[in-house]
Amino acid sequence: MTENPTLLQRLTDIGRRSLGMRRRIPSAPPQPSERKKYKGYSQWRLVWRRFLRNRAGVAGGIVILFIAFCVFFAEFLSPHHVSTRYNEYTHMPPQRVHIFSEDGIHFPFVYAIHGYIDPDTGLRKYVEDRSTRHTIRFFTRGDRYSFYGLFESDIRFMGAGQGNPFFLLGTDRFGRDLFSRILVGGRVSFTVGLLAVFLSLTLGTMMGMISGYYGGVIDNFVQRTIEVIYSFPSIPILMALSALLPPQWPGYLTFMGIVTVLALVGWGGLAREIRGKTLAIRDSDFVLAARVSGSKDGRIIFRHVLPAMSSHVIVITTLAIPTFILSESTLSFLGLGIKPPMTSWGLLLSDAMNIYVLALYPWLLFPGLCILVTVLAFNFLGDGIRDATAPFGH
Amino acid sequence: MVPTLFVISVVSFVIIQAPPGDMLTHRLAHLEEQGALGSVSAVEQLEALREQYGLNDPLYVQYFRWIGGIVLRGDFGDSFTYEMGVMELIRERIGMTFALTVATLIFTWAVAIPIGIYSATHKYSIGDNTFTLIGFIGLASPNFLLALILMYAQVTVFEASSVGGLLSPEYIGEPWSPAKFLNFLSHVWVPVVVIGTAGTAAVIRIMRGNLLDVLGQQHIQTARSKGLSETVVVNKYGVRIAINPLVSRIGLELPNLLSGAVVAGIVLGLPTAGPIFYNALISQDMYLAGAFLVLSGMFLLFGNLLADILLAWLDPRIRYD
Repeated sequence: MTENPTLLQRLTDIGRRSLGMRRRIPSAPPQPSERKKYKGYSQWRLVWRRFLRNRAGVAGGIVILFIAFCVFFAEFLSPHHVSTRYNEYTHMPPQRVHIFSEDGIHFPFVYAIHGYIDPDTGLRKYVEDRSTRHTIRFFTRGDRYSFYGLFESDIRFMGAGQGNPFFLLGTDRFGRDLFSRILVGGRVSFTVGLLAVFLSLTLGTMMGMISGYYGGVIDNFVQRTIEVIYSFPSIPILMALSALLPPQWPGYLTFMGIVTVLALVGWGGLAREIRGKTLAIRDSDFVLAARVSGSKDGRIIFRHVLPAMSSHVIVITTLAIPTFILSESTLSFLGLGIKPPMTSWGLLLSDAMNIYVLALYPWLLFPGLCILVTVLAFNFLGDGIRDATAPFGH
Repeated sequence: MVPTLFVISVVSFVIIQAPPGDMLTHRLAHLEEQGALGSVSAVEQLEALREQYGLNDPLYVQYFRWIGGIVLRGDFGDSFTYEMGVMELIRERIGMTFALTVATLIFTWAVAIPIGIYSATHKYSIGDNTFTLIGFIGLASPNFLLALILMYAQVTVFEASSVGGLLSPEYIGEPWSPAKFLNFLSHVWVPVVVIGTAGTAAVIRIMRGNLLDVLGQQHIQTARSKGLSETVVVNKYGVRIAINPLVSRIGLELPNLLSGAVVAGIVLGLPTAGPIFYNALISQDMYLAGAFLVLSGMFLLFGNLLADILLAWLDPRIRYD
């Protein structure tokens, strides 16, 4: 916190301008004791301070940032290429990282792995070969990858030497590294959630505001439409719609198709909330003032109504992302969503659909843990923001 | 309600019609595989069938024939993969699905309301916080993941001999006996937990919030001050009011439960409509898939109606115009 009020004022002005707001939005009156201390603080600054006090919310936010970082740099952080198959290491359990060996203490390393067929069960088993150590190296050379088409590189964050087994979370039935696949698949799961929320938010905000602002026939029509969408159970209707996507479509089109399907089914809830909020704001004094001073409907909606509920929109967005992630994972799990060679957490879990496979190779459930953590973090973050932006928070 | 039903049927019909080709394209492909396509008679036969089923008619005619069959005769068309009437195929399974959904609803309430009351009366106690945490996790885990974890637990922890389904193979087709019933119970808890966990978590949170609100009201203070025991105050004066908003939530809860029932059915291999619906989508057997969509839409509408009636009956303050 700076002591210089002019600098402060300037910063908040910049902040507000970057959020597209000229005038101050009516904010919660701070407690009398706080009023003097926080004088001159913008609403967002007050919200930020209140948010920082919510430990679960902050933790959720940090986890989200961490996951976003990991999936953005997925290729760099993953030790192997997503589709490299290590045929001699199929269904290998997660490998242990050691520091101590019989010779003493070392830089973290993994032992070489020896695979054999168990004569009793006919299954592949693995033992550590204690005579060979592979030291884990950082910023080391591995499989080549393209960083979003910008440049190509073979420098990866970590590895245990090219071709050596280094599978922190085990491998799948083709001997592909699960850890690398979770990172790359996470990017798909994450972006599906973000894009779907962006689409449905655009649609939902527009429909909700028009519906609430104009009322009457338009309102009735929009509300009936939402009612019809919600009179179908969500997963079956999502399944039906994504089953309609042509199977011969390439991966990225299917990806966009899934996003569209999710948004088409999901915008109703957002629209309803926005409508309720618009109804409340529509009749407030500052909207009336704008109208008597001659503003057109479009200007009122975008310059007055929309900014006034921006905090509300942020909250419902944050809480909507996890529901999209969950829906996508269910669709992909059932084989109706993302298609190989693309992968996502749901699709990775479909390997574990067979109970016998799952009983033998339980590490295939790791992507489920990622879904759980991501969804939990978004929920905590959303609840935290909601509490912080609630005008009369406890 | 009737207009909504009409739109539901239109949407379902659009989904039925959306994949390229019609029900006979599939048969054509089948003939092609057998090398019978060369014979002129096969193609002519198909054309005749197409004429017979009215597949050359304009779409709206086909729609009215379809909806007419449903309304007048309860006939949802034919499934081409099973080559039989859709209704015959799913009557039992759809009944099973709805029964499982309603049973889970009752079960979640039976579990969640006492927990909600406990959480509200023991605010911020260890028990309350534990339930809150479990609730958060329950809301955050997709149904299929729960199903996988429970199946895994059944295999490793309980060492169950048969996993998935509602009965062990040896009891299927047997008459009901105490042993069969026990076997049924040992299977049915998995889908109930899978379908019900998210709903239970939601109901606990709402019940806790409602009851906390109600317990702060004046009539509670009055009840306490006239010397009623705390049990009576909470159960008769608090819960009685706090429970009403939950009834209106049945309408919101049912679609989620039905979705859960479909997913659980597919993952656990239950004799419900879920697996059939799934297979129908995969093989683009659209009349079958469409029938399920229409029926679930109807089920949800009637569920909502029943919830409204129940609420009006429970809460005399509510009047519908």
